[in-house]
Amino acid sequence: MAKRLDIENLNLYYNKFHAVQDVTLQVHARSVTAFIGPSGCGKSTVLRSLNRMHEVVPGSRVEGKVLLDGENVYAPGVDPVQVRRTIGMVFQKANPFPTMSIKDNVVAGLKLAGEKDKKKLDEITERSLRGANLWEEVKDRLNKPGGGLSGGQQQRLCIARATAVQPDVLLMDEPCSALDPISTLAIEDLIAELKKDYTIVIVTHNMQQAARVSDQTAFFNLPAVGEPGQLVEIGETGKIFSNPSQKATEDYISGRFG
Amino acid sequence: MSESRNSERRPDPPGEVGDAPVNTTEAPVLEAPVTPPNTPTDKKVVRIGDRIFRSLATGSGVFVVTIIAAIGLFLLIRAIPALQANEANFLLSGKWETGDPDDLAFGIVDLAWITVASSIFALVLAMPVAGGIALFLTQYAPRVLARPFGYIVDLLAAVPSVIYGLWGALVLAPVIKPVAVWLNTNLGWIPVFGDGNVPADSGSNVFTAGIVLAVMILPIITGVAREVFARTPNAQIEGALALGATKWEVVRTTVWPFGRSGFVGGSMLGLGRALGETVALTVILSYTYEGPHYSIFDAGATFASRIALGSAEFNNNLTVGAYIAAGLVLFISTFAVNALARWIESSSGKGKE
Amino acid sequence: MRTDTADIERPAKTPAFQQLSPGRKAKNHIATTLFALAFVVAVIPLLWVLFTLVRRGLSPMLNADWWTHSFYGLLPNDFGGGIYHALVGTLEQTFVCALISVPLGVSVGIFLIEYGRNSRLARTTTFMVDILSGLPSIVAGLFIYALWITTFGLDRSGFAVSLSLVLLMLPVVVRVTETMLMIVPDELREASYALGVPKWKTIVKVVLPTSLSGILTGIILGLARVMGETAPLLILVGYSRAINFNLFDGPMASLPLTVYTARKTSTEAGEYRMWGAALTLVLLIMLINLIATLLSKLFAVKTK
Ligand SMILES: Nc1ncnc2c1ncn2[C@@H]1O[C@H](COP(=O)(O)OP(=O)(O)OP(=O)(O)O)[C@@H](O)[C@H]1O
Ligand SMILES: [Mg+2]
Repeated sequence: MAKRLDIENLNLYYNKFHAVQDVTLQVHARSVTAFIGPSGCGKSTVLRSLNRMHEVVPGSRVEGKVLLDGENVYAPGVDPVQVRRTIGMVFQKANPFPTMSIKDNVVAGLKLAGEKDKKKLDEITERSLRGANLWEEVKDRLNKPGGGLSGGQQQRLCIARATAVQPDVLLMDEPCSALDPISTLAIEDLIAELKKDYTIVIVTHNMQQAARVSDQTAFFNLPAVGEPGQLVEIGETGKIFSNPSQKATEDYISGRFG
Repeated sequence: MSESRNSERRPDPPGEVGDAPVNTTEAPVLEAPVTPPNTPTDKKVVRIGDRIFRSLATGSGVFVVTIIAAIGLFLLIRAIPALQANEANFLLSGKWETGDPDDLAFGIVDLAWITVASSIFALVLAMPVAGGIALFLTQYAPRVLARPFGYIVDLLAAVPSVIYGLWGALVLAPVIKPVAVWLNTNLGWIPVFGDGNVPADSGSNVFTAGIVLAVMILPIITGVAREVFARTPNAQIEGALALGATKWEVVRTTVWPFGRSGFVGGSMLGLGRALGETVALTVILSYTYEGPHYSIFDAGATFASRIALGSAEFNNNLTVGAYIAAGLVLFISTFAVNALARWIESSSGKGKE
Repeated sequence: MRTDTADIERPAKTPAFQQLSPGRKAKNHIATTLFALAFVVAVIPLLWVLFTLVRRGLSPMLNADWWTHSFYGLLPNDFGGGIYHALVGTLEQTFVCALISVPLGVSVGIFLIEYGRNSRLARTTTFMVDILSGLPSIVAGLFIYALWITTFGLDRSGFAVSLSLVLLMLPVVVRVTETMLMIVPDELREASYALGVPKWKTIVKVVLPTSLSGILTGIILGLARVMGETAPLLILVGYSRAINFNLFDGPMASLPLTVYTARKTSTEAGEYRMWGAALTLVLLIMLINLIATLLSKLFAVKTK
């Protein structure tokens, strides 16, 4: 199920503004890849370009290739809706659909795609919620609104929602930045489990988190203000944190670690 | 207005979610001197559901635009022959003789006077009251009461104008008659309080009409004013309080300067409404053949009430055309006033925030 | 706890705070009183109107015939009769107005927010809607007269009234739709796209349900407002004292038109009918306002 991603010569623009320059990297199947780097260097932009969410912003533009198991998601004739089904996304701020119950939130992707089989939907609800370590907490109130959960629970609900459509890749943009340490740990544990089935890309500002959850780490940086963000280096997480090959990486990491 | 609103949020592009017109080229090469080997999509996938939905939405926009433009055109087409057949000066005459299509003589001067006099009088009465209410509700009333009190003021807008007309003509007019007579006898030397073309105690004059109109536009002005006064930055208010200002001084130095132009904009909206009000005035004002004396004790007809009264003689295109011409003048003036209101409102408040 | 507590507890010889000068105090009191008075001034006409309506309109309403009969065949001095014919007209005309203006207005709102954005067409549409929003109702009536009656050569009818009400209702629907769609956060749209939901389904299943309560309330309040319109009725339809269910043919009564027409019967019975119709109209409008409030509670996005 899980697929690999190859990003080749990716350049991303917002209107005239060149946000990210020439990114080439590989994301391995069934592993966690972390994107780190200072604010504004384009981590989210790269992440959003992987499932064609970048183009939702007016005036945005993409150059280069994103290959999902060898197939370019930007090839002519590829339906972005299909791409997003295959590559799911979890956002920084939990965003459950306010009008839907917990259960409907989980199966929203399937229901909106026309799935009607009640039994199947029930099964998937339970499986996804269990997968997101949320089942025990909400199983008695599946028909209550999703907006009534705590922030951490909402974020896990969003993860369940993203996994319910059984994507091949899961993108997470700072999924824990709004959560307390305990919820954060819960989600980190979850990521460790999810990586058995999914290819995961996670953006984080938390160095320890990157070190804890990821197999490989990519460091992005801004060479100077107003210039596009760039990929500085990518490598095995242990190596990036202990022995980076670039000075900029070391500065950033050590600065953060103090 | 909605332009600026649109730009405040992040708009979606025309091309997301496979929704682009089929032949959009995204011009991916604009910046890059060399075209990368595999540039994105010359053709985008368009889902059929998206295309239908998009066409429906866009089509309704087009429909509204065309229909209104068409109506405007029909109005002009109807008005022009009547204006050509007019034997009086449309802008300067006070006559309104439209019964006989072969002998049309109509002008708008008298209509304009009654319309403007009653609306301005209403505005003069309503503005201070509305401003006071808005300040009271936003700055003084306890929080739990502010909402229900605001709701009560809004209820004024829920009463239909025909009922205000009845109330004004049958209930209010007799009660305020002594005031009218007193003003006329004691302040009659001021031209607007001089004798009108009907006796001051008749009740069916601009004086009564203006008071009723004031009640009708009160909720409009109050609504806008409440909104702008409530937007006064808290930091400014607290700054003034910290200097030891009394509530009144806070209002005078922060809330009022901040909301003043929004309040004026709201008043213009109210004026627009007053200019176009029809039935209440049709019921209140008595019709007289004598021209106005330019006093608030005049009777007569406004643009709107003239049209409403004339509906009985809508039996040939030239006569109707005369009324349509008057309607166009009314339409243009309300539009101008409303545009001014929107402009004042949008160029106030926001800039200072 | 601190050493200077003794200081605080010692009776103050001079007042602890500076006194406000009497002038400032007086001004403050005067301002407060005036603002509160302004509110009272607004409440007086409201209560006065409502009191008048109830006092003079209640007795006709208490008659059972009022809700089941028309004014058909009544002589100027006859008491009795009912408002059924006018209720039928008002409800039919308003319903047809809603039937046209709601779908049209909501899709215009969707176009402006979800598709059009700053396109030229969107700006033109906004301009046209702005024109409509300040349109005096009598001019809306003239618009439809010029279109429907003089240009198409059709007869005056209840349907022509509905069309003129559409012109007045449309800007309300468009505005409320626009406002409500605008406050739906973009995160929800993105969440839906990220699940692989097409845009149109995102609008129908995620964006519209989120804003439903607000849109519905706004629309119903708009309908209540439009229901009391009288001016366009005067030029677009004849008054009938009999029951007419047919919007497309013949004169048709409605509550505002009945109030207006009954005023011309200057007998005691005529006044009796007029105030009865007036109170009925206001009660209907209040009822609909109440329904709007209830619906907005019912459909509001729940978190519990
Ligand atoms: N919607 C947008 N329109 C225009 N420019 C944008 C938009 N989103 C981001 N940018 C710009 O693109 C650059 C990269 O932004 P991005 O959000 O990808 O940074 P980031 O690395 O995710 O930062 P952070 O760590 O703060 O989330 C920034 O300069 C930002 O200002
Ligand atoms: Mg980011």
